[in-house]
Amino acid sequence: MTLLDDFLVRAALAGIGVALAAGPLGCFVVWRRMAYFGDATAHASLLGVSLALASGLPVVLGVIATALAMAVAVSAAAGRSHSVDTLLGVAAHGALALGLVALSLLSGVRVDLLGYLFGDILAVGRGDLLVIWSGAFVVLGLLAWRWRPLLLTTLSEDLSAAAGVDPRRERLILTLALALLVAVSLKVVGALLVTAMLIVPASAARVFARSPEAMAAGAVGAGALAAVAGLAASAELDTPAGPSIVVVAVALLLVASALEPAVTRRRRRQAK
Amino acid sequence: MRPVQRADGVRSLIEAQGLGISLGGQPVLADVTLTLRAGEIVTVVGPNGSGKSTLLRLLIGAERPDSGRVIRAPGLRIGYVPQKLAVDRTLPITVDGFLALAGGNRDERSAVLERVGLEGLGRRQLSALSGGQFQRTMLAQALLRKPDLLVLDEATQGLDQAGEARFYMLVEQLRSELGCGVLMVSHDLHVVMAASDRVICLNGHVCCEGTPTVVSAAPEYRAMFGFGTQGALALYRHEHDHDHGAHGHEHGHGHEHAHEHGDHAPASGTAP
Repeated sequence: MTLLDDFLVRAALAGIGVALAAGPLGCFVVWRRMAYFGDATAHASLLGVSLALASGLPVVLGVIATALAMAVAVSAAAGRSHSVDTLLGVAAHGALALGLVALSLLSGVRVDLLGYLFGDILAVGRGDLLVIWSGAFVVLGLLAWRWRPLLLTTLSEDLSAAAGVDPRRERLILTLALALLVAVSLKVVGALLVTAMLIVPASAARVFARSPEAMAAGAVGAGALAAVAGLAASAELDTPAGPSIVVVAVALLLVASALEPAVTRRRRRQAK
Repeated sequence: MRPVQRADGVRSLIEAQGLGISLGGQPVLADVTLTLRAGEIVTVVGPNGSGKSTLLRLLIGAERPDSGRVIRAPGLRIGYVPQKLAVDRTLPITVDGFLALAGGNRDERSAVLERVGLEGLGRRQLSALSGGQFQRTMLAQALLRKPDLLVLDEATQGLDQAGEARFYMLVEQLRSELGCGVLMVSHDLHVVMAASDRVICLNGHVCCEGTPTVVSAAPEYRAMFGFGTQGALALYRHEHDHDHGAHGHEHGHGHEHAHEHGDHAPASGTAP
């Protein structure tokens, strides 16, 4: 019996894998105020699940395809007749509703709806681990490869255009990374809580970070800690695992926010 | 970088030919043609909403024209100084970290910081800078790109008059040091005109174009430069070489004349 035979160990590894990619990507989601965009992408994944189940394709592929289609459609429609805020709200909830309807229409397939909505981390198998960790590494690789141009477009699209970096391409890379992350974290936290894994650890890390890189690393740490502690709490208290992980992450954010005034004071003293 | 060789023998860094653009259904610019040569400081002045910033965004490639085209010298490096950056408080980045996005090693970055008068501020957070320090940081960033063309968008907004004067003085020195072309935009024509070789009046189209010749050549003018609005009383020649047609401008046509802008106070300015 190897370590991976233990479902709790597999679950912890899955959570850490997601945190690894969600940390840096979540920083961009926070910096660029894309939280609602993340929601729309994540919710669209339910539709992808039903399409994949109906056509017999792997679920991951269906999720990546619909998440990507949703992200691209929303980006293209932004700035037309509705405000982005409204548009994203419509897209996020419309996709969720459509996905739920589509799942119910699947005949002859038993679908674990709660699992897709809130994740089923305790049921993660070796195959899932492989998918999660390779997806996480692809996301990390994309972000590492484009780190500077991505930061530059995030700070100012005009600055980046003047430097010969096309902001639209960088946006597309983030969109692609987001779709991938949604696909790999569906099993861990579910469609409804993916965005939480993106923005909560990143926001907690913000309090202590003095550079973008430090914030990304801190977000990975906070996310991984939340995953492990959340799993432990869930095993102890017999609570659902995905939501428990998010609750721990939010608790970390609250603690970090409470410490913020002290951190700021200390920095001011050091600066003098 | 090779300057564009034109039929008439003029070498230009960047050219706009008949640029037109509508934003949100509103025509912003129509038939804008201009040329900028190496070592030249050109200022675009015009009221708010006259399309100045849009023109710059077209020239740096952040926006695409509906009609006309922008011709850049092959390999042209643009150093862009934006009006402001929406530096989100959630994005922690130091001055040095920001400069690193533009390139250069540690020594080059600290040298350029010193050049713009910000020595020792590399470890300061970008969001903690004062207005003047921020503009200088933007300039430093543009310089690190070793620009052939410096493009400044309302770079002195929010600076007091002395700070503004110092900023333009620095730009002028840099132009001499680097031999780069400078394209600036301002709605405050007084101070900025004093530092320009050529002024372009923009109001949806090019109203007029001219040189503040007489004054800019005089040594008194240089001594006076920037110290109070008196320094800005550049005489500049309008060259009405095009028909305003339906635009309804009340300019005298068919002859050259000298304008005096602002209160023509005697040249008694001294350093504050």
